[in-house]
Amino acid sequence: MSSTKNIFAVFKREFFSYFNSPVAYVILVIYLLAVMGFCFFFGGFLSTDDASLTRPFFMWHPWIYMVLAPAVGMKLWSEEHRLGTMELLMTMPISPWQAILGKFFAAAMVWLIALTLTFPIVWTVSYLGEPDSGPILSSYVASYFYAISCLAVTSAVSAFTRSQVICFIISVAICLVLTLLGMQQVVDAIIKSLPASMEDTVRFISYLCFLSHFYDMSKGLLVFRDILYFASVITFCLMITHYAIQSKRA
Amino acid sequence: MIQVKDLRKMFGSKVAVDGVTFNVKRGEVLGFLGPNGAGKSTTMRMVTGYFNPTAGSVLVGGVDMLEKPELAKSCLGYLPENAPLYSDMSVVGFLGFTAELRGLYGAAKMKAVDRALDTCFLDSVRNQSVDTLSKGYRHRTCFAQSIIHDPEVLILDEPTDGLDPNQKHEVRNLIKRMGETKAIVFSTHILEEVEAVCSRAIIIDHGKIVADGTPADLKRRAPGADAIHVVIRGFAGSGIRAELEKIIGVEKIEPKSCDDSSFSGRVLSTHKIKPSELALEIAALVSAKSWKLEELHREEGRLDEVFRSITRSDVV
Ligand SMILES: Nc1ncnc2c1ncn2[C@@H]1O[C@H](COP(=O)(O)OP(=O)(O)OP(=O)(O)O)[C@@H](O)[C@H]1O
Ligand SMILES: [Mg+2]
Repeated sequence: MSSTKNIFAVFKREFFSYFNSPVAYVILVIYLLAVMGFCFFFGGFLSTDDASLTRPFFMWHPWIYMVLAPAVGMKLWSEEHRLGTMELLMTMPISPWQAILGKFFAAAMVWLIALTLTFPIVWTVSYLGEPDSGPILSSYVASYFYAISCLAVTSAVSAFTRSQVICFIISVAICLVLTLLGMQQVVDAIIKSLPASMEDTVRFISYLCFLSHFYDMSKGLLVFRDILYFASVITFCLMITHYAIQSKRA
Repeated sequence: MIQVKDLRKMFGSKVAVDGVTFNVKRGEVLGFLGPNGAGKSTTMRMVTGYFNPTAGSVLVGGVDMLEKPELAKSCLGYLPENAPLYSDMSVVGFLGFTAELRGLYGAAKMKAVDRALDTCFLDSVRNQSVDTLSKGYRHRTCFAQSIIHDPEVLILDEPTDGLDPNQKHEVRNLIKRMGETKAIVFSTHILEEVEAVCSRAIIIDHGKIVADGTPADLKRRAPGADAIHVVIRGFAGSGIRAELEKIIGVEKIEPKSCDDSSFSGRVLSTHKIKPSELALEIAALVSAKSWKLEELHREEGRLDEVFRSITRSDVV
């Protein structure tokens, strides 16, 4: 199939461009330091007797992705606009969707590598105690979906601007809102400050945000529904990306 | 190979391209001329499927660009203005990537990349990173990208921009050679290039085609084209100028130096009489009066004069 080949060609270029520059290495190192740091200092990882990974290790991931996923994704399309290579890419015999998917998969691959590199921690814990592998696996899946959802948001934002800085700031802001609105404390505070009639609306909006789905999933209820949720968020963001790219050509 | 009909492009309320129509056949090299901001690049971007036209149609190799963009783009090579490149790749890596997007893999890809490197004299920098290349080499790399799949249709936006004189010469020859078997459209601000390479030229101004023809046709439209330049030596009191004015079909005499016994300058004809006939008339006059004819030749119009006279309006 030529469409898979095209997606793969774009993927390959994008993926190697991450590793041809320091970007990927810097982000991977910061990510690893951050997950371990949060886990050891704020997670009480060593003090919990049950050596359960899921809470202390994974609970900080959303906050890390909020910043680092936009850092990975910010160049996806803004760089293309800035260099003018958009004109090359869009006059090649490939469809915009193939380019969008290829680029998105490349950035998602960076996160797959990042998560794989956290395996030593899991290994340590398995060595220390006998953790339940079910919740660990589902937490990994939840964590990964969280990362690539933030990435999809960034992809959409980057398609609108040629400035990586603007893309980064706006994407972090959006991811922050999508995360905060999922926090129980934030939701309660908002509900208190609004008339009672608004409660259902607020809860519904909160439900549409990332965080509650993340916790559901990482609790070990690897729910099909939550995967579907993240998948539709990603699809929606990529559709916005497509729209932004096409509107620049109109 | 390229059929463009009533192409229009608006940016907001501003009209960038306003009803451009032209055809390019295989074996033709079409030069695109026009002042800055005339709409050359915008037209090319629509022909290559980067911009969607506001109205009008583009057929490349008989395939509609709007209906089947991927198929239409596959037989097309494009060098965008300013030669954009991915700055984090090497020259070979970049060409390999574009070859893959063109559907070339494995040995075919290697061959295509080598051929393009060869054609564009890029062998010495093949493994250099694109962002350390000099401007001319960047331009050549992007040019190599456009011919990597040996396309039938080539659209080149200022292909000789930033090249040294030798490379300009090479690229012109290359375009000319490829023009024998392909349909090529290229834009340029260098008018000698048009004369050297194009079989046809279009001048575009304010989004409209204002002239379309072979370079020779266009030159004939220059003010002062086909004037006869003469230097005549006569006798004291011959009144050469007055005699010349009496010839039927002479519209205007523009003397460079004219005195009692000699005349040097241009004779412009009304377009009722052929320049060659006018020349004969002048020669006949000279021999009838037993003057001496020192010089007589027909002046060719110059493209830059045509260009200036046609696209003058926006300078004012
Ligand atoms: N993306 C855009 N948005 C708004 N206006 C545009 C855009 N692209 C081009 N234009 C306008 O369209 C007009 C034609 O521009 P174009 O780039 O086609 O000129 P050109 O003939 O290629 O000029 P040059 O010789 O300088 O390359 C210009 O007035 C330009 O400002
Ligand atoms: Mg231009």
